[in-house]
Amino acid sequence: MITTRALTKSFGSFTAVNKISLEIRQGEIYGFLGPNGSGKSTTIRMLCGILEPTSGSGVVLGYDLIREAEKIKRKIGYMSQKFSLYDDLTVYENLDFYAGLYGIAYRERKKRIGEMIEMALLKGRQNELAANLSSGWKQRLALGCAIISRPAILFLDEPTSGVSPTARRAFFKIIQQLAHENTTIMVTTHFMDEAERCYRIAFISEGSLIADDTPENLKNEVIKGVLAEVVHPDGLFMIDDLEKLPYVKECSNHGPALHVLLESPEAVKALNDYTGVEAKIIRPSLEDVFVYLAKKHRRRVS
Amino acid sequence: MGRILAILKKEFLQMGRDRLTLGMVFALPLFQLLLFGYAIQTEVKHIPTAVFDQSLSAESRDMLEAFSASGYFDVYHAAAGYTEITHLIDSGRVKVGIIFPPDFSQRLKQGDTAAVQVLVDASDSMSSNTAIATANAIGLLKSQQIFIQKTHQAGIPYDIRVRPWYNPDGITAYYMVPAILGIIVTMTMVMMTAAAIVRERERGTLEQLMVTPIKSYELMLGKIIPYIGLGYLQITVALLVGALIFQVPIRGSLLELYGLTLFFITASLGIGILISNIAKNQMQAFQMSFFVLLPSIMLSGFLFPREAMPLVIQYLSNIIPLTYYLVIIRGIVLKGIGFSYLVPQVVALIIFSVVLIAWSIIKFKKKIV
Ligand SMILES: Nc1ncnc2c1ncn2[C@@H]1O[C@H](COP(=O)(O)OP(=O)(O)OP(=O)(O)O)[C@@H](O)[C@H]1O
Ligand SMILES: [Mg+2]
Repeated sequence: MITTRALTKSFGSFTAVNKISLEIRQGEIYGFLGPNGSGKSTTIRMLCGILEPTSGSGVVLGYDLIREAEKIKRKIGYMSQKFSLYDDLTVYENLDFYAGLYGIAYRERKKRIGEMIEMALLKGRQNELAANLSSGWKQRLALGCAIISRPAILFLDEPTSGVSPTARRAFFKIIQQLAHENTTIMVTTHFMDEAERCYRIAFISEGSLIADDTPENLKNEVIKGVLAEVVHPDGLFMIDDLEKLPYVKECSNHGPALHVLLESPEAVKALNDYTGVEAKIIRPSLEDVFVYLAKKHRRRVS
Repeated sequence: MGRILAILKKEFLQMGRDRLTLGMVFALPLFQLLLFGYAIQTEVKHIPTAVFDQSLSAESRDMLEAFSASGYFDVYHAAAGYTEITHLIDSGRVKVGIIFPPDFSQRLKQGDTAAVQVLVDASDSMSSNTAIATANAIGLLKSQQIFIQKTHQAGIPYDIRVRPWYNPDGITAYYMVPAILGIIVTMTMVMMTAAAIVRERERGTLEQLMVTPIKSYELMLGKIIPYIGLGYLQITVALLVGALIFQVPIRGSLLELYGLTLFFITASLGIGILISNIAKNQMQAFQMSFFVLLPSIMLSGFLFPREAMPLVIQYLSNIIPLTYYLVIIRGIVLKGIGFSYLVPQVVALIIFSVVLIAWSIIKFKKKIV
């Protein structure tokens, strides 16, 4: 569905996206993760044909990203990071506007808009101005506008930022349903629970793709060594000292706990002696993987 | 087509919910007209003048010389007949016509009163007042001159008769109201469309539009068309104010006025939409509109007659749509002339509209910069 080869975008001398090559298959939920400013939005904009790549190439739905951008636009849906519907139009009018832009036949329109309102759980709010909706509702309306044309690919740029956990869950459920109906979805997120539900995850840092695999594989194969969890009252102040120990590869904090990456299982005892508390061997979470990857990447760059 | 309709519908809905826009459409004509309705008169020089000299004598040349030497009249056209003078004034190419009768020199030599007819286009009261006063003064001066030369003479040697056309009473409002109407319309149209694209860019809604299959021309036309209706609404309000409060007579065809106004509206919308495509934000769009509107008001012949301006400025005023529209609306409202006299102006406005709108369509890219 989507293939890119060394896709690159520079703003002046700054490279926001650096030679990204990826492949997304039909019906996949493809998670796109990375720290702020790592180039997620920039990549998505290029794939939507609204940002000219500096170099590299890409094919979306069989169309060339650079030469056939307008053909791509007929078959994709996009939800930008910023809420971008018309505040001074009602829920119904916003949907009707996008139905018109995608040339949905008049006979079909009412039915389709009804479906969207149902899907977005917006029943009874059709005549409410978009400005008056709370962010969870707004996000679902934006999704409705993005999928009213029944796109083959859906690009979602942080669709669930600033939304309550309940609304987030409701939103992701809809996405999973869409994927189930064979829509290909590329979604950026900072939430690990959402990342876990993706079929594949790409992780980018400072414009470069540094991992691209299933969540399972990422958790099992990326981190080399043994991960131990240490709960200590002074944990936060121990990170620097711990990292200087010969058998510790890395150390980071996760809430009240420290996650310490050790060379081998034998090092746990030495760690226990050093900290005076019992360390617990844990299976790396996605978050561990990403922290690890980001650190590794930054070290390699500098 | 369907996509243009979608944009149109959306624009109308948004327009209807925007109180400021609606307020501007109705309040602006009222305020502006009352404010500028009585404008200050300024001295005018270099009034374009045509001469029809049937006498072709040393005396007539001497008289004409006096007119030229005054600095108020630029005699640049020698007409072959009375009808040509009429035509020149009707078309607005000259504002004053001087006619010497065939017996001008003969009567003068005989010691009779020699008549010089001075026709003045008084629809422009500023220049016509000057023309009338100056012509009278010249007549008196020349007469005195001859009195001194031939003290035995009985009658006044010259008699200059002035006929103010179109606006015999010299009422300023007649001249100003149609012009203010033009300014109000161009101001509203430019300012509103200048915000049209850039507002969506700022709000982020443009990015969403860019990923839809909409085409550049569909978006531009969809943005422009709703404002044409608004422009007509505003003109109607302004004309009513002009007719009811200032009693401005509308001598020409109202239908023709409405018809020809279309091209002025589209030219103004073209300026606005182009600004909207160039500006980075609404503030910039607003400044650019101001930058365009100010010269329009100063140079179009609204405040000061173009004839009074340096040549360079006159050329500059040729690239201002309002310049042409002022000729059209003053012509139809005050002179009662029709389309046949206004072809060059209408053509100019059509060219403006096409070029500006086409430029915007080409300029708009469905890409983020
Ligand atoms: N139009 C632009 N001009 C210049 N720099 C830009 C432009 N757009 C993005 N950038 C820069 O490119 C980098 C990547 O931005 P991008 O928005 O793609 O990051 P992101 O991964 O989406 O971040 P976030 O998680 O905060 O949304 C940032 O440093 C940003 O400042
Ligand atoms: Mg982003």
